[in-house]
Amino acid sequence: MRRFFVLFQKEFLQIRRNSFLPKLIIIFPIVIMLLMPLVMTMDVRNVNVAVVDLDRSTTSRRIASHIEASEYLTLSATTAEFPLAMEALEQGGADVIVQIPDHFERDMMSGTAERISIIANAVNATKGGIGMQYVVQTIARTLVELRGEKSPVGVSELVTIENRYNPTLNYRHYMIPALMIILFILICGFIPALSIVGEKESGTIEQINVTPVSRLTFTLGKLVPYWLIGLFVLTVAMIVAWLVYGLAPVGSVGLIYFGAALFVLVISGFSLMIANFSETMQQTMFVMFFFIMLFMLMSGLLTPIDSMPQWAQYFTILLPPRYFIDILRSVYLKGTTFVDMWQNFAALGIFAIVFNTLATLTYKKQA
Amino acid sequence: MYAIEVNNLAKSYGRVQALDGVSFAVRRGELFGLIGPDGAGKTTLFRLLTTLLLPDGGEAKVDGLDVVKDYLAIRSRVGYMPGRFSLYPDLSVEENLGFFAALFGVGVEESYDLVEPIYKQIAPFRTRRAGKLSGGMKQKLALSCALIHRPSVLFLDEPTTGVDAVSRCEFWDMLAGLKQRGITILVSTPYMDEASRCDRIALCNEGHILGIDTPTGIVGQFRSPLYAIRSRRTFALLEAARRQQGVVQCYPFGESHHLVVDDTFDKEQFVRALSDFEDLHIEPATPTIEDVFIKLMKR
Repeated sequence: MRRFFVLFQKEFLQIRRNSFLPKLIIIFPIVIMLLMPLVMTMDVRNVNVAVVDLDRSTTSRRIASHIEASEYLTLSATTAEFPLAMEALEQGGADVIVQIPDHFERDMMSGTAERISIIANAVNATKGGIGMQYVVQTIARTLVELRGEKSPVGVSELVTIENRYNPTLNYRHYMIPALMIILFILICGFIPALSIVGEKESGTIEQINVTPVSRLTFTLGKLVPYWLIGLFVLTVAMIVAWLVYGLAPVGSVGLIYFGAALFVLVISGFSLMIANFSETMQQTMFVMFFFIMLFMLMSGLLTPIDSMPQWAQYFTILLPPRYFIDILRSVYLKGTTFVDMWQNFAALGIFAIVFNTLATLTYKKQA
Repeated sequence: MYAIEVNNLAKSYGRVQALDGVSFAVRRGELFGLIGPDGAGKTTLFRLLTTLLLPDGGEAKVDGLDVVKDYLAIRSRVGYMPGRFSLYPDLSVEENLGFFAALFGVGVEESYDLVEPIYKQIAPFRTRRAGKLSGGMKQKLALSCALIHRPSVLFLDEPTTGVDAVSRCEFWDMLAGLKQRGITILVSTPYMDEASRCDRIALCNEGHILGIDTPTGIVGQFRSPLYAIRSRRTFALLEAARRQQGVVQCYPFGESHHLVVDDTFDKEQFVRALSDFEDLHIEPATPTIEDVFIKLMKR
């Protein structure tokens, strides 16, 4: 116990003496939490629409003005010549072209109108697809509106929509818990591993190995400091999320800390295991990068697991971050309780035990 | 009773045989030197004896304990100073000492009398980071840390490599002091001149021990006549001397060459044969450990 305390103290002393780590631990979460939610957005906005108005009627002008008024669409040009609009699409000045055919207004009444054609730049599939959707909706709304004005019976809304848990469909609220996890993975995944491999490179591990310190004590001495740092980083991130974005967890904060405590153990245990198999910092970095890519891209951080192919969905069962993402999002946005998602906690608990046992066993005092 | 017993110990790294059946024994309280060039297997031997490596064959006992079975007990009884400075460079002198004392479960005060003669030399710098110390001070700190738990056996792997001549001399004085306190010391060095400070030495090369004896005993093994020859044309002389009748070996030795000869050697004839070296100077030489080493290596 006393040996553990000495190792623990030494680890903190070394972190404090390091000219770089303490700053990283404080500044990194703040910068990530302040900057990333603003830029990491999947909301499609500023879709530039070029209208090719061959009709030049009230209807066509109404469509153009509705496009202009839309929150998501920008009317970039109105021309009477299709090639001009096409050129704008090619050069990136326009994302979507709407062509209203000649005599559209006249023929619409008789029901023989040529169709309005919409052409979208789909290089960015999301922007193209969603942009097109917005345009279709806007045009449809305009046409319904026009019909309503012409017919004495008002057309009522047939569908109502409600977004539960994230009522404003704010993408930030979805991303902020994910960012907290990215912070965790980066800080608690890299630093403990680098600290062990650093001792290997400088030879100090040799001097520790000839002492009677047990493997468990040594591993705990490396683990616990980063466990505390992880919880500190989480606290900073939660405060920033609350102060800056007004996002406070709907559910229990205690539950978040419990999940985080388990998750930090999982990730730092995992990184210690990698360190035990590496000889140099470079090697550790690259192996960690590989796994961090898997963790970030396959755990449902950025894209939902449900939309992955079936085999990939099975594979994600082996990725510990997926459970913590689920916990964090559910508690933050829905206020889910422990009883409803104890499986996630159990999974993290199992990973924590497995990785840390392996980290202890693979740390060899003898070659 | 021996402090270290090594019996037919072998260790290989892949296809490289680092230690090939080494046997020797070190008495209690002895200052025992392993002398040999780089790659002789000295560090491997240290790592085996300090339980950092597992042997491929043979057995070894430290303080009566087996290095494989009783490795845990050995760790609290030996002090090890690796060849490379391996204390925490970002901790201060006193923090390093306190840290290692605590890992061994002792207080610094308990062993201070043992460490004092060494530590007091670096005590004025006790708040300085270990990484910022000079080479000689680093070595003194490393020795203090290796002694802090009062080990009965001390392993020093090339402690004087890269240290200036004065500090090297001081260091050997410190070892003599520790020997007085009854600590068994196994020390390795590539410097033949340091061998004379040991009680007994083992000459090692390429995983083998070539001979074990006291420094004077080792030198006494050298019975062939030995001459030192000198000329301005150093290299040409070496080539020419090697071709002469009765010359067993001729090798550079400091400013001159050492000439090992057998019974058929005739000094007059040798001088005559090399008459085109006008400034040839030849005189009998007393053998040193290095001469013994070269002779044993050739065999």
